[in-house]
Amino acid sequence: MSRSIEYAKRNIRRTPFQAIAASMVMFLTFFALLTFLILALGSQASLKYFESKPQVIVFFKEGTTSQDVDAIQNALKSESRVVGTKYVSKDEALQIYRDKNKSDPALLELVTANILPASLEISTQSPQDLQPVADILKREPVVSEVIVPEDVVATLTSLTRIIRVVGGTTVGFLMLFAMLIIVMIIGFKIRLKRGEIEIMRLLGASPSFIRNPFILEGMFYGVAGAICSWIVSFCLLWYFTPFLQSYLGEVKLLPVNPLIMLTLLGASLSLAIIVGGLGSWLAVRRYLKI
Amino acid sequence: MIRFENLSKKYGSNTTALEGVSIEIKQGEFVFIVGPSGAGKSTLLRILTREITPTSGKVFVGNVDIAKMKDSEIPHLRRKVGVVFQDFKLLDDRTVFEQVALALEVLGKSDEEIVKMVEHILKLVEIWDKRNLFPRQLSGGEAQRTAIARAAVGKPDVLLADEPTGDLDSKTAWGVIQLLNEINSWGTTIIMATHNQEIVNTLKKRVLVIKNGKIIKDSKEGKYE
Repeated sequence: MSRSIEYAKRNIRRTPFQAIAASMVMFLTFFALLTFLILALGSQASLKYFESKPQVIVFFKEGTTSQDVDAIQNALKSESRVVGTKYVSKDEALQIYRDKNKSDPALLELVTANILPASLEISTQSPQDLQPVADILKREPVVSEVIVPEDVVATLTSLTRIIRVVGGTTVGFLMLFAMLIIVMIIGFKIRLKRGEIEIMRLLGASPSFIRNPFILEGMFYGVAGAICSWIVSFCLLWYFTPFLQSYLGEVKLLPVNPLIMLTLLGASLSLAIIVGGLGSWLAVRRYLKI
Repeated sequence: MIRFENLSKKYGSNTTALEGVSIEIKQGEFVFIVGPSGAGKSTLLRILTREITPTSGKVFVGNVDIAKMKDSEIPHLRRKVGVVFQDFKLLDDRTVFEQVALALEVLGKSDEEIVKMVEHILKLVEIWDKRNLFPRQLSGGEAQRTAIARAAVGKPDVLLADEPTGDLDSKTAWGVIQLLNEINSWGTTIIMATHNQEIVNTLKKRVLVIKNGKIIKDSKEGKYE
């Protein structure tokens, strides 16, 4: 195997422009893959965040007693679609308001606990449960308003689906394209080395001795492209984290867990080895007659 | 060691390259195959390396009928049978040292062994000082010595030489023949196809005369007339 690696290195060194071209195609492919994967993971995590947040918010009328709230909470406990409830008193609502607007003193001066209603945040099993639960609560006489952030979840669900479909199609196409480029480059090299291959055969080289360097070369292009694209993706994500974080607000996606990035690197490398190896294997099967 | 039994080779339906060839060559022999161009000399050698398969008949190298050999076994055969060509077949982008080392890399030798064995054979063929040169920087004689070193470094049982002196001047050709003679003295069987009357007649080795695909004469210490 060490001899095959040595031969593959020599092949790459002696045709640097082809090596750069192949690695760049692989880079673009894996950069697109990582971009879509990060987007898909991000949207999935956002969706989970919104799904896990109290989705139905009920505001109570002025004068609602704690017994009224307890009665509603007890009634919701028997509802299988409800996962949990959280009561937010007027004072707590004021504290939340203050925390959110601490940079604007003018807004803080005008607001007291009296003008903020108490509320109940209710999380459900799934987004589909939101509306039925909201309908039940709307019938309660102490409830003044029911907010259902169903639209956010619906938008995110459809966005996640679009990212998966568009990403999957684009990456699939790019993978195929990259593999064909590898077939073409390795095929070209096999033709270029016809004389050397012929002499190796006459010297008694085994088929694997002749084939392996070409297969390794294809794998190398894949791995080189995957590593470069991972580094670039990681740097871009790191650079834009402050901006993205302010845009995402409460959704804590960033900074991305290094373990996720390492998993992405591992997945990219595995895929790169498969794409590069398969491309060169096809070229060897097609062009190398031993 | 090598035995042809009623060997025939046809290209297509009309061209007969070899017909009913039956000969035996013992281990350590030096055999010349002579005859006009197109007589079947190269075909005979190419059958021995299994570059081509005979149409009928048997070819034994040792106890193995190589005509029936599986493709996966061919590399093992070729490690026992070295080949030298008239046009040297050297690789343009490798130095003399690398050309010879290639034969040992194929055999799976370690780097230390390769360095030792290549040095030994290049000194033997007297081109050690040319080890870092590329084929374009070599004379014809040096290129052929490199090709012989490459074929012989793995110590094959048989060395086939297909008109190895064809492109060389008389003096250089004699140098190559002396080299082949020395390799033969190690016990390696040499089978050499040639047109060179002077060499055949001077060396007085076994001569197989082939014409129209048939062996018409087989003589020890023979002559090429």
